[in-house]
Amino acid sequence: MSIDLSQFFEVFFEESFEGLDAMEAELLNLEPGAEDSETINTIFRAAHSIKGGSGTFGFTSVSDFTHVLETLLDQIRDGQRQLTAEHVNLLLKSVDCLRALLGALQAEQAPDLSEANELRLKFEVILGMSDGVAEEPVESLQESSGESTYQIDFKPLPHLFKTGNEPLYMISELAELGELETTAFYDGIPSIENLSPDECFLSWRFFLTTIKPESAIKEIFEWVEDDAHIEITMCGGLFGKVASNADVETANVNIESNSGLETPSPKPVKAEVPVNSLGKKAEPKKPSEQSSTSIRVGIDKVDSLINMVGELVITQAMLSQIGEQDITETTITSLQEGLAQLAHNTRDLQENVMRIRMLPISFVFSRFPRLVRDISQKLNKQVELKLLGEQTELDKTVMEKISDPMVHLVRNSLDHGLETPEQRVAAGKDPVGTVTLNAFHQGGNIVIEIMDDGQGLNTEKIKEKAIANGLVQESDELSADEINELIFMPGFSTADAVSDISGRGVGMDVVRRNIQALNGSVEVSSAPGVGSTFTIRLPLTLAILDGQLVKVAQHTYIIPLISIVESLQIDISKVSRVGKDLDVLRLRDEYIPILRLYDIFSHQGAIEELDKTLLVVVESDNHKVGLLVDDLLAQQQVVIKSLEANYQKVDGVSGATILGDGRVSLIIDISGLIKLSGLKRPGSQELLVEAKAVEVA
Amino acid sequence: MKKILAVDDSASMRQMVGFTLKKAGFDVTEAKDGSEALSIAKQQGFDAVISDVNMPVMDGITLIRELRSLPNYKFTPLLMLTTESGLDKKTEGKAAGATGWIVKPFNPEQLLAVLKKVIR
Amino acid sequence: MNEQADLNQQLILGGQQDEDQYLTFMMAGEEYGMDILAVQEIRGWEDATVIPNAPAFVKGAINLRGTIVPIIDLRLRFGIESVAYSPLTVVIVVSVEIKDQLKVMGLVVDAVSDVYSISEEKAKDVPDFQDSDNAQYVHGLVNVGEKMVVLLNLARVLDLSANYMQHG
Repeated sequence: MSIDLSQFFEVFFEESFEGLDAMEAELLNLEPGAEDSETINTIFRAAHSIKGGSGTFGFTSVSDFTHVLETLLDQIRDGQRQLTAEHVNLLLKSVDCLRALLGALQAEQAPDLSEANELRLKFEVILGMSDGVAEEPVESLQESSGESTYQIDFKPLPHLFKTGNEPLYMISELAELGELETTAFYDGIPSIENLSPDECFLSWRFFLTTIKPESAIKEIFEWVEDDAHIEITMCGGLFGKVASNADVETANVNIESNSGLETPSPKPVKAEVPVNSLGKKAEPKKPSEQSSTSIRVGIDKVDSLINMVGELVITQAMLSQIGEQDITETTITSLQEGLAQLAHNTRDLQENVMRIRMLPISFVFSRFPRLVRDISQKLNKQVELKLLGEQTELDKTVMEKISDPMVHLVRNSLDHGLETPEQRVAAGKDPVGTVTLNAFHQGGNIVIEIMDDGQGLNTEKIKEKAIANGLVQESDELSADEINELIFMPGFSTADAVSDISGRGVGMDVVRRNIQALNGSVEVSSAPGVGSTFTIRLPLTLAILDGQLVKVAQHTYIIPLISIVESLQIDISKVSRVGKDLDVLRLRDEYIPILRLYDIFSHQGAIEELDKTLLVVVESDNHKVGLLVDDLLAQQQVVIKSLEANYQKVDGVSGATILGDGRVSLIIDISGLIKLSGLKRPGSQELLVEAKAVEVA
Repeated sequence: MKKILAVDDSASMRQMVGFTLKKAGFDVTEAKDGSEALSIAKQQGFDAVISDVNMPVMDGITLIRELRSLPNYKFTPLLMLTTESGLDKKTEGKAAGATGWIVKPFNPEQLLAVLKKVIR
Repeated sequence: MNEQADLNQQLILGGQQDEDQYLTFMMAGEEYGMDILAVQEIRGWEDATVIPNAPAFVKGAINLRGTIVPIIDLRLRFGIESVAYSPLTVVIVVSVEIKDQLKVMGLVVDAVSDVYSISEEKAKDVPDFQDSDNAQYVHGLVNVGEKMVVLLNLARVLDLSANYMQHG
């Protein structure tokens, strides 16, 4: 049988990465000297599985490296060795190293072994291993040229069957090694009243002529060494065989002639057991299809889907039954009931199908203990990390994309939010600061909070910086919240000196942009001396969007609800014209550029008079703009479909969906729309200045 | 068709073992730890059980001990998959009632060859 | 739809092995052919959702059993004067590999005409076009009986990233 092992690689990589994550998390939990055995066990098991899998699938670089890890862990587990902080650090480094090795192998690249070798050496020093002596002695191969004959006496102890071993299969294994003569002995069989069907009373003598070494014979009886008397002697040449053979024949009965006898063996006895299809070669398997990504789904989710489909089938049967009847008052009523049932089933099914892609956010959270440990060490800060709501589920795709922004926010909290122990003590606080990650569901969204009990945002400093960068005017009167919002402006950084923790350039604006790209939002609230909280809101899935349907001329578009700030009727007296053709609405103390959707999308027949239309104020990339629409229609959840798949990218449109009536409707991409409108920097200084100038005039 | 219960906490090993055995014409049921395997084994009979040793919740040795004590598994071949080439795991396994062991790493061919000792 | 029944009938009858089958359709009195293997289905014209700022020959997008499919007016694509759509206007849904991507699109034509089996050899006769931009869309010209059929290279016709014939 030839089986292409590569079909299991993807699962192997996936579980190995998960195993490494688990190892890392447990290692961070370890207190050297006070380690509990279950934690060590979990770490050991993860290393053990990776070693076993990588060995089986031929990734020897990984299995060799994991071997030293496993040995150390095994010794710690067995209490032969005390866990030290050095061990933990080394093991953590190994986790990183294994990640890199496996990552390279997964990408089908040659892994860089230099770090692995270096770490391995360190382990070997700890383990006191001398230079790479092969662990298991190479089995000395016997002369395999020429045949030898062995006499094998095999006398199972009565309990042999209870080990699950079957002498007959061993005999047929022997028969495969060469020419076999078998003799069974019945002398051990007790009288019928003493006969126990559970026990083995037979014994055998074999003569095997084979070219295989003696070790091959031993291997067959390897499992029953302690459950039988086994003697293997080489009879040498033909002479010896004949001699002993004659000896046997006089004393014993050949098993074949007695095959009809009742024997104490629970299974029928035959001297020659035919080799069944197991020995045959199966046709080679074709190379497995490349499945780049997969998700593992809990059986409960699959079961509930099957239930839903079952209900759907029942509803369908009911509806088709109604369809076959004549239309009467009653059938219409039951038809309506059936359709309501169908709607219900469909909704349930949709929700459950979405759940398949959902994973607990612990997959993201789990990387933070390590991150916090490393960074707080570097910064000489004492930090306790609290994780809440780890079981909150969200879409796998969203999860993959939210990880980086979260890392950035946590780093920011550690670097800028939390004070040093001295500062904290001086402020009358616990020297150990706390960073809390909290996740929960709210409506159709997942909310992730990153909280710290640090010094809070320094509004004065932020404002100073913003003024220096020309983001706001000295004279602007801003509330604390408005000032805090400024940190999300492009190019903003409050760090006194650029540290290697928060980095330069990649600022909060990027975080916000990445989150908005997921149709999400991020906000900050802060109290001086008490701490800051960043709140990320994300849709549970990228496949569904809460949309506001709007009418432009005879066309229906969808605006993502999350980007809508408010919708309003335009007060003409607050509108001023800037430049040639841009209208700006003064809304409270902001100037909102008015984008005429019909104009940008080149549609005829829309309402053009500002006072007869509606303005939907949306926010994107920290800019507020107003979209002019004829009317607001319903709000509903829509399933996002690709327009690009069969067509091409359309500026100002992020995708399409199918409405209840079966028609296609396009989803507006706000930031794309702003670009398309030619409005370079809505809300920019020049615009504001111009607008004010107009107002004065 | 002979029924085999394959127990391993590693999904890739479980799949490899399961796939190999299915190709060889066995009816395979998979379980991810000893405790899951035990409850499956109590519900239906198997002609052989192949189990990893190191698993969460319930390890392979405990599983074998539990299985062997069940009347239905008195004679059933119970094999352990182990990387420990050392003697202690094997004797521990045998003491618990294991029929034999298969040393990791192994390839599908080796698995089937070993299996022939106990089930055909 | 009768045309579809006829079409299916002819599909079943099939052609010879060294011959390719072409579905032909009428447009402004001319007969055009396309590889029948590209054809997914034939349906009547229905209102499409307008795609903003698309070239004029892109009539919009429709929902084809959950997939968003753009609709191309072939008359406009070829720069032929357009006619008003009627319930008889036909949309041929094709699936064509364009730059390594399989795309499903609908083509608005006047009417579906026939299915011909045309030998590989004959289909390759590409005459020398002196004039038009449309030459790039032509795979070959063949005579079927008295009629001349223009065989289209759909991958070129539907490659919208190439220079537009007409801008909207």
